Amino acid sequence: MYSAKVMDHFTNPRNVGEMPDADGIGTEGNPVCGDVMKIYIKVNDDKITDAKFQTFGCGAAIAVSSMVTEMAKGMTLDEALKITKASLAEALDGLPPQKMHCSNLGADALHKAIEDYRNKQK
Amino acid sequence: MKKIYLDHVATNPLHPEVLDAMLPYFKEHYGNPLSIYEPGMKAREAIENARESAAALINAKPKEIIFTASGAESNNFALKGIAYAGQGKGKHIIVSRIEHHSILNTARFLEKAGFAVTYLPVDKNGAVNPVDVDKAITKETILISIIHASPEIGTIEPVAEIGQIARENGIIFHTDAVSSVGNIPVDVQSLNADLLSFAAHQFYGPKGAAALYVKEGIRIVPLIYGGIQEGGRRAGTENVPAIVGMGKAAELAKRDMQKRIDHISPLRDKLIGNALKTDKVLLTGHPEKRLPNHASFVVEYIEGEAMLLLLAAKGIYSASGSACSSKALKASPVLISIGVPAHLAQGSVVFTLGEETTEDDINYFNETFPQIISRLREISPYAKGWEGMEGSACTAQK
Repeated sequence: MYSAKVMDHFTNPRNVGEMPDADGIGTEGNPVCGDVMKIYIKVNDDKITDAKFQTFGCGAAIAVSSMVTEMAKGMTLDEALKITKASLAEALDGLPPQKMHCSNLGADALHKAIEDYRNKQK
Repeated sequence: MKKIYLDHVATNPLHPEVLDAMLPYFKEHYGNPLSIYEPGMKAREAIENARESAAALINAKPKEIIFTASGAESNNFALKGIAYAGQGKGKHIIVSRIEHHSILNTARFLEKAGFAVTYLPVDKNGAVNPVDVDKAITKETILISIIHASPEIGTIEPVAEIGQIARENGIIFHTDAVSSVGNIPVDVQSLNADLLSFAAHQFYGPKGAAALYVKEGIRIVPLIYGGIQEGGRRAGTENVPAIVGMGKAAELAKRDMQKRIDHISPLRDKLIGNALKTDKVLLTGHPEKRLPNHASFVVEYIEGEAMLLLLAAKGIYSASGSACSSKALKASPVLISIGVPAHLAQGSVVFTLGEETTEDDINYFNETFPQIISRLREISPYAKGWEGMEGSACTAQK
């Protein structure tokens, strides 16, 4: 049902955990209906220097979270804003259709974290 | 790697003796049971022997057994067949909220066809209160259908009492006993059942063979019209090998039932006892009145499908009622009916043991399960509690 890449990121997720000194935090989803992703970013000179996540959800949700943090690290904020549901799914060699929307919240959570960071800079 | 199958509620492996009994009916005894020459007669005889064994398992008469292709078919047949046969008397049907989809979706179909359906609530253990059944009865009620045991939470319903109430009111009573027949003693006489569904693959028989018991004298409208098979009540050339397999499986289930229960039940208790030692793991369903092979939980702060996949990676096969593990992406209606909040229903996980489950299997499971829980809780934003779980609205995800 899941690609080898999804299973890899699900069973060995990268960048798990809380980030107490995060510069931006974004949460997307709701446990009542499905998955919840919380993304933490550390920003230096407009670049994401570190990203971590905490996720409540299925295998796809955990794999997406792991992948989005991997992709975001090293990107500028504007580059990271270009990560989409589609590009995340592609990076994971695809997601089952029924998981595309409910479990693929990584981009939204990341974008919220960037927004949170930018709001704090104002 | 060890492979531990703890999903017997989904299906069971075929018993080797059942396979042996079936094989000749794929090969030499290939005749159509309606044919009057020898290969046909052999097949006919085999079906009638299987009917006797299936009837004996539930203390019915052979002529009260109609073979079908699945538990779902038996359930569809019971509801539609009795509704259409009895619509001259009334058009009201009573079911519970924790019926299998094959009952609930058939009930919904019948509502569209002009029948009225009452969906009875259950208590926190998943039990229907017979008093509620009594209260729901109207002059129009023609059928009551209550599941015997829930595959999701294991609860055994007070079916004998409900059947008694139905009988006193002259109403036909059906019970979906797919999850119970073969696992616990089931007697249609003491359950006061007029109709009862059961399926072979739930007791080490093949998939594609099931039956509906219809008490002698009860009129039922066929689901499938055609030839005179099954007394004209279920047309279609019989699946002879599968029916033979069902007969053999029924014979073994009757013979080995107590032995199986004595073996499985203590292992199940050990599994439950150990699982409940982990913080925030709750048993779902009735603590005592439950199927002897059934253990079901909700694990807080994590999600069921993720648990299933990590367990499967360790060779342990199980089930979940979480929204994410269902193709429909909806939390189990059974868990919602017993009052489990939707966010907890996400952490649903169901383990069902079988006669081949060993003490070693359970020891390995008991070692592995807490590790998987703590691993997923390390990833979860709620590891310390449900605070701040509001998040965004569900609609954002649809």
